[in-house]
Amino acid sequence: MSTAELAPQPRFKLPPAFGGGIIAVVSAFLVGAALIAAVGVNPLTAYAALFEAAVGTKNGLAETLVRTVPLGLCGLGIALAFRAGVFNVGAEGQLFLGGTAAAAVGVACAGWPSFILLPAMAIAAMLAGGLWSGLAAWLKLRFRADELITTIMLNYVAIHFVGFLLHGPLKEPNGALAQTARLTSDARLPVLLAGTRLHAGILIVLVAVVLAHLFLWKRVNGFRLRVVGLNPRAAENAGINIRAMMLFGFLVCGALSGLAGFAEVAGVQRRMIENLSPGFGYTAIIVALLGSTNPVGVLAAAFLFAALQIGATTMESAAGVPGTLTTVIQGLVVLFLIGRPALSLLRERLAGRRT
Amino acid sequence: MRGIRVVFGLLVANDAVDLAVRAGEIHALLGENGAGKSTLMRVLAGLIVPDAGEIRIGGRIEPVGSAHEAMRLGIGMVHQHFMLVPTLTVAENVCLGLASTGRFFPDLKTAAAKIRDLASTYGLDVDPNARVADLSIAGQQRVEILKALYRGARILILDEPTAVLTPQETEGLFRILRALASEGTAIIFISHKLNEVMALTERVTVLRQGRVAASAVTAETDARRLARMMVGAEIELPKLEDVSAADDGGHLPVGREKRRGDILRVSDLTCRDSRGSLRVDHASLVVGAGEIVGVAGVDGNGQQELAEAVVGLRRAEAGTISLLGQDVTAAPVARRIALGLAHIPEDRHRTALVEPMSIEDNVILEQVGRSPFSRGGWLDRGATRALASQIIADFDVRSTGPAQKVGTLSGGNQQKVVLGRALSRDPRLVVAVQPARGLDVGATAFVHRALLARRAAGAGVLLISTELDEILALSDRIVVMFKGAIMGELSRAAVTVEKLGLLMAGQAA
Amino acid sequence: MNTLAFLADPAFAGFLAASMRLAIPIMLAALGGLFSERSGVLNIGLEGAMLIGAFVGFVAAYLSGSLALGVMAAVIAGMAFGVILGLYTITLGANQVVVGIAMNLLALGVTAFFYRLIFGSGTQSPRVDAFTPLDLGLLADIPLIGPLLFRQDILAYIALALILAAWFVIAKTRFGLNIRAVGEHPEAAETLGVDVFHIRYAAIAISGSLAGLGGAFLSLSATGIFIDNMTAGRGYIALAILILGRRHPFGVLLAALLFGAADALQLRAQLLPTGVPFQFLLMLPYVLTIIVLAGFVGRDGAPAALGVPFRHSRSGET
Repeated sequence: MSTAELAPQPRFKLPPAFGGGIIAVVSAFLVGAALIAAVGVNPLTAYAALFEAAVGTKNGLAETLVRTVPLGLCGLGIALAFRAGVFNVGAEGQLFLGGTAAAAVGVACAGWPSFILLPAMAIAAMLAGGLWSGLAAWLKLRFRADELITTIMLNYVAIHFVGFLLHGPLKEPNGALAQTARLTSDARLPVLLAGTRLHAGILIVLVAVVLAHLFLWKRVNGFRLRVVGLNPRAAENAGINIRAMMLFGFLVCGALSGLAGFAEVAGVQRRMIENLSPGFGYTAIIVALLGSTNPVGVLAAAFLFAALQIGATTMESAAGVPGTLTTVIQGLVVLFLIGRPALSLLRERLAGRRT
Repeated sequence: MRGIRVVFGLLVANDAVDLAVRAGEIHALLGENGAGKSTLMRVLAGLIVPDAGEIRIGGRIEPVGSAHEAMRLGIGMVHQHFMLVPTLTVAENVCLGLASTGRFFPDLKTAAAKIRDLASTYGLDVDPNARVADLSIAGQQRVEILKALYRGARILILDEPTAVLTPQETEGLFRILRALASEGTAIIFISHKLNEVMALTERVTVLRQGRVAASAVTAETDARRLARMMVGAEIELPKLEDVSAADDGGHLPVGREKRRGDILRVSDLTCRDSRGSLRVDHASLVVGAGEIVGVAGVDGNGQQELAEAVVGLRRAEAGTISLLGQDVTAAPVARRIALGLAHIPEDRHRTALVEPMSIEDNVILEQVGRSPFSRGGWLDRGATRALASQIIADFDVRSTGPAQKVGTLSGGNQQKVVLGRALSRDPRLVVAVQPARGLDVGATAFVHRALLARRAAGAGVLLISTELDEILALSDRIVVMFKGAIMGELSRAAVTVEKLGLLMAGQAA
Repeated sequence: MNTLAFLADPAFAGFLAASMRLAIPIMLAALGGLFSERSGVLNIGLEGAMLIGAFVGFVAAYLSGSLALGVMAAVIAGMAFGVILGLYTITLGANQVVVGIAMNLLALGVTAFFYRLIFGSGTQSPRVDAFTPLDLGLLADIPLIGPLLFRQDILAYIALALILAAWFVIAKTRFGLNIRAVGEHPEAAETLGVDVFHIRYAAIAISGSLAGLGGAFLSLSATGIFIDNMTAGRGYIALAILILGRRHPFGVLLAALLFGAADALQLRAQLLPTGVPFQFLLMLPYVLTIIVLAGFVGRDGAPAALGVPFRHSRSGET
């Protein structure tokens, strides 16, 4: 049996070039402006408040960058998996497990010096996320179970499992809430900007983006990975081990998502909590797409979405526009991006009717 | 049908084709791949609107503009690839899209009863309540015929109906078709297989290159004459000889007895497709150094699977494949490539090229991990660009440069990229499947010259093609496949069109 | 000692009634997913359709004072959501997963935005009088069946009737036949004159309206209020139910009850056999779904054309 049958054809088209992304972003903001006007507020005032809060102040920019960390890491992992033809929707669960593993190590090895403890936590997080994603890979490569659905299911299993750990074995001694003990200062990522929450996780993201960029465009295996995603049969015909490449796509997505969990735990929450992520792993799918699965593009998209999310609260309090408008904009960006063919289709139809 | 003309872009698929079929007649439509048989029948079935010509049914000119229209006119078609929904029952498949079985609630009981009636009338053994997926291939074909009859078909088109049947099943089908004809149904039987045409049909029309080559009463002709009409009387054989003579020194005598060592040796190879049916049946063949071995055969007789097994895309169920004396039966593709295998696959879009990538990226696909393209795992863009430029120059790829996306090249230039990639790394064995498919004459000649050049350089070439002209022009030896088995081998000196035609039709020469 | 005594235990009866109540919304969404998936369209947008249904249903009921109007509005809103999804997945052939996720995000934003627009962001959350269980007298006291079936409200009975109706439509009607054919082999259906696009649009519109109804159950029956993201992933759970129930209406009913029971049981942790953490119970349905997907218990049997956009193939190659 041919291994190419695992992925007989690329199931998704890679999104159009980044220029399309900018048009989609602008269109989404225009629709958002109409909604703001409907509330009876000047859209410019509201958007000004939003961006002022997100990038205009030291603290706002720091918060946006803090939010960029999980979105960027998960988005990068999902983008790399996409490139290998793997549709990994499991970043959310991988993030939860990564965060839990990091916290477990951080608590258990509390006495270790920081320069050993933090890497140990990060490695534990990457292993946890990678293994979880590897489970989906095994189900796909061995049993041909569609990773799209298995990863969604595994998200729930992971989150319930983490719930069990936080209610049971990993629960803070004598604590009331389902959370781990607080991490010691040696187990926390250093704050980069005094007076803000901006932590060293953003540096991890930047390094990951550079590495991913070099890997995809400069490394032989990155080249192979891209070929597998674009045409698995041609890849197989050229002697490329497509199973290995797909497995790598799963593992790197799991590891990076796990790392995102580590960054949230060690940089923001300082312990593992039950609601570690408000759906970072899902939003990151859209981030990956909006960034054309290009590492640099993913970073830009993650920053944009982070800014929208951070600015939302201020827009609500300062301009009286419900902050959830930014969620609408996030959804619209993607719908406009992938809806672009509709325009040419419409044009064709109109032209066809005339003749 | 009179004066039918169909043009696809630059390709004239049908030109001035006349075809007359009487009620109660079984009429063969014979021709090679690409002769225009399927196109002609798709016109009749309302799936293609012809550019010129008319269709008369019962004397009246009828515009057959849609599948619905064809159905209304009593035209039914049994496609080569069955148009059945496997998870539905026979009765459900028959009722699908047929409002007369109940606008909102299909009356499956009544339909089943009627199916049983039809089935017993024509000897079509089918259980209306069986799931189609549970039926044998022959059973599914009977469902297709029933579907057409249920819709009141008076003209039944069968596209290569025996390609998927065993000899016994074929006999069964013939009985059914004769019964149908005796009831007044006109039957158009598309085939390559001469013995079947001789056994079943009353009249025969031969298509060649989109035109009617001959039309005759079957009983008044014979298989040899039909084979000649199908392939064309005058075949230009001298291509191989031309090149060899022009070759400096002519050190590779044509059709010589001694070969300089075996490049490829396939022994008792057996393969199945994903559905488990036997595709290659104990096939054995040898390709020596400096020779082109042509594999002839009607499309779908296992040549594709043979090629896939040799290059490593398909698992061999039994038998062995050795390349340059090394057993590679279970070796991954990469190992075979390392040994000097090059593959020019049939479907270049799906199997050979990554269309969204550049020419440069495509030409290094197979050797990206090797020096000089990889330096410690880093891509050396200078080296890859140099190779791409070289191939663009050597193989005359019309492009804007190495960075042009392959998907934006013309078909001929895409094939040159495939060819350049395969041949530029000095392969020992070239497996070329339909290497000239879809190319114009100039590009075809280019491809053929390139293959002959590899032969002259001492490589072995396994050339798989359904184009007899191509096989005859290039091959030192020709083996013929039929239903997965090697029917026979002909040396260049001994080959005649008649012998080939008979072997391709499954008859021993 | 009578081993069946627990059947009469009020706690157990309450558990059964709750299982059914928790199963209904996800069952409705899964039933919606059934229509679209059987026709070959993967509907990741069930979550969004539910949320839209919950919101629009609530607003309509609140403004009109009529629960019935609320339910109708929810169904129509879900249908509209389905049609937009169809525009992307059927007409544009866009990636069905990405569209679904984006539409879910949009639904989350739109509902929360308009909720604040209509009701302001005060602390007092508006409320409608939710559907109440019908009083079926003695029927409710029948062991096992009573609490399961006869202590529910009218919406639950509509939902159960819809299971039967879905089965009838899929198995017995021409429309159902067309849906099945289009999901398995759209080319074959097309050669017989079935309009693949129309059938898929109809299926995804039904899909959206059923999910919308499921959402309305959340706001108009279970709670009487609307809260942001109140579906909380139930649309994704519906996808699991669909697979576990083998895309068959009765299978969907059973699978939804399994999820509902797991959910109800964790709320009544005291009923649990000692030692099993309730999280493992909650995991169980998902693990079962994965097992089904991996083919450990026979093939999953997804429609052959599921997730593959359809294109006309009229002209071109011979």
